Amino acid sequence: MSETPRNTTQSTPDHTGLEAQIDQWRGFVRRRRAIAAPDIEEMEDHLREQVADLNAGGLDDDEAFLVAVKRMGNLDDVSREFAREHSDRLWKQLVLFPDAPAGQAPGRGLGRFRDLAVLLSLAIAAGIALKILLANVTEETTLLLNGPFLVLPFLAGYLAWKRALPLRTASVLLAATAALALIVNLYPFDLGNPADPYPEPGMTVVLAGLHAPIVLWLLVGVVYAAGSWRSDARRMDYVRFTGELLVYLALIQLGGMLLVGLTAGVLSLVGVDFEPFIEDWLLPFALPGALMVAAWLVEAKKSVVENIAPVLARVFTPLAALMLLAMFVALLAGGPFDAVDRELLILMDAVLLLVLFLLLYSISARDPLAPPGIFDWLQLVLVGAALAVDAVALTAMLVRIAEFGFTANKVAALGLNLILLVHLAWAGRLTLGFVRGSRTFVATERWQTRYLPVYGVWALVVTVVFPPVFGFA
Amino acid sequence: MHIDKDLVAASATPLVLGILADGESYGYAILKRVTELSGGRMQWTDGMLYPLLHRLERQELIEATWGTADNGRRRKHYAITPAGRAALAERQEQWSVVAEALEKVWRDLADGATGLAGPRTAEGWA
Repeated sequence: MSETPRNTTQSTPDHTGLEAQIDQWRGFVRRRRAIAAPDIEEMEDHLREQVADLNAGGLDDDEAFLVAVKRMGNLDDVSREFAREHSDRLWKQLVLFPDAPAGQAPGRGLGRFRDLAVLLSLAIAAGIALKILLANVTEETTLLLNGPFLVLPFLAGYLAWKRALPLRTASVLLAATAALALIVNLYPFDLGNPADPYPEPGMTVVLAGLHAPIVLWLLVGVVYAAGSWRSDARRMDYVRFTGELLVYLALIQLGGMLLVGLTAGVLSLVGVDFEPFIEDWLLPFALPGALMVAAWLVEAKKSVVENIAPVLARVFTPLAALMLLAMFVALLAGGPFDAVDRELLILMDAVLLLVLFLLLYSISARDPLAPPGIFDWLQLVLVGAALAVDAVALTAMLVRIAEFGFTANKVAALGLNLILLVHLAWAGRLTLGFVRGSRTFVATERWQTRYLPVYGVWALVVTVVFPPVFGFA
Repeated sequence: MHIDKDLVAASATPLVLGILADGESYGYAILKRVTELSGGRMQWTDGMLYPLLHRLERQELIEATWGTADNGRRRKHYAITPAGRAALAERQEQWSVVAEALEKVWRDLADGATGLAGPRTAEGWA
């Protein structure tokens, strides 16, 4: 409520203490969801009147404030009364097109939609870019390699516009993206035999196709943080944004598939073949469109709707801990690993990634000042079990790799495994310190955000360094 | 003096409507008027007034407008509506019935208790 007009006529310097107290009180009240901003303003007016009257009766500011707040009643009770009257406020409302803030000229009704208009134009531009690529390239591997380079810059463009990113940062990021795009396109990758209807591409190109988007995603993060990517808080915000984006994207895709299925069903009944249209036009525009709209929704909703990724993380943490314990027993009891190959390593990477996500999103929604609780112990069990499972699998794999030599895939999987292992092991150590009371939670949180760039560097290495090292095979 | 919560809740609506029937007012002034009317013996929890005002507003018994106070702050003023006056009249009838019945009870109690000693018997109703 920064727009609240301050009481300028009465707040002589003598009342600074009172003003601070009222500010503090307002902060307390504002945390109650059932009490809306205009209500707070109304009650603040009441409080000030009361204080003024008590002042007139001979009380000093402190005393008057205490009495006035006491008379206002227990905030919990008042809040409950408000909630009874305005139960809808507990279901926060998502305002996608906010009204012009009070005090601004009305007449800018179109301005409310400017945000969406910019976003949709960028989404369409991304769609056109994809469509041009599809029209010129038929090779799946090349499509996979270039797709992210054509979509993510538009998302970054939207965020840059929203955050008014300095031109210098924007051009550095753009140059880095262009350089990476050039590199992956100029590398003489083994794309398989072109005569083959289903060519089997080499390992390194697939690895580059999988890792380049990760590099790009971290660059998008720099835009998201408006350039201050060194800030731990901004990094955590980006982690939250990513989690929510994934959830929204999945939901939008589900809805889209339902619509497409229904349309295709009806059209096939009247003998119209919908499929070519889907492949040629719908997908190239729907995929970037869904991503952009999801990003827009996440930006718009932010704190309005409870973040869903941490909720999912909470639900699945105990289940994942059970799963890992079962795996551990199975791995130990299962005997020799002769039959397993790099699939085990890739599976282990997936398991560790899952654990990392559970950890990260639980942390992202935790009050850093809250004392350690049962859930922190549960997380410790989860991390411990994951490390134990990975240790068993890794030992077996190292023996195998030593016997049969390195390939690009094995090194990539092994490298990721080691990076994840370090991340989780240290996170586990910090969590242990926290539940024992020898460390603060902030240390655990900071470790997560500090470590994130390592993944970007590794993805960059796999994309750029691996192909020449492994002969573009 | 402590007044039972339910009694406060039941009497709050007619009191607020009655005060507003006198002319439009705002939260703090309404509370001050309640204190005045009761000779300071009725003390509401100030914060509870606002949810009540909002409920009456939703029931369209009163209407609110934002105005500016003398000191330049925004202030929400409430005024009674025709529906509010009708509701007030209805409440007034209900309360007279209740008050009349209670009056009789108190009188019977006083009559029956005159034999038994007690300073409190004669106090109010003699």
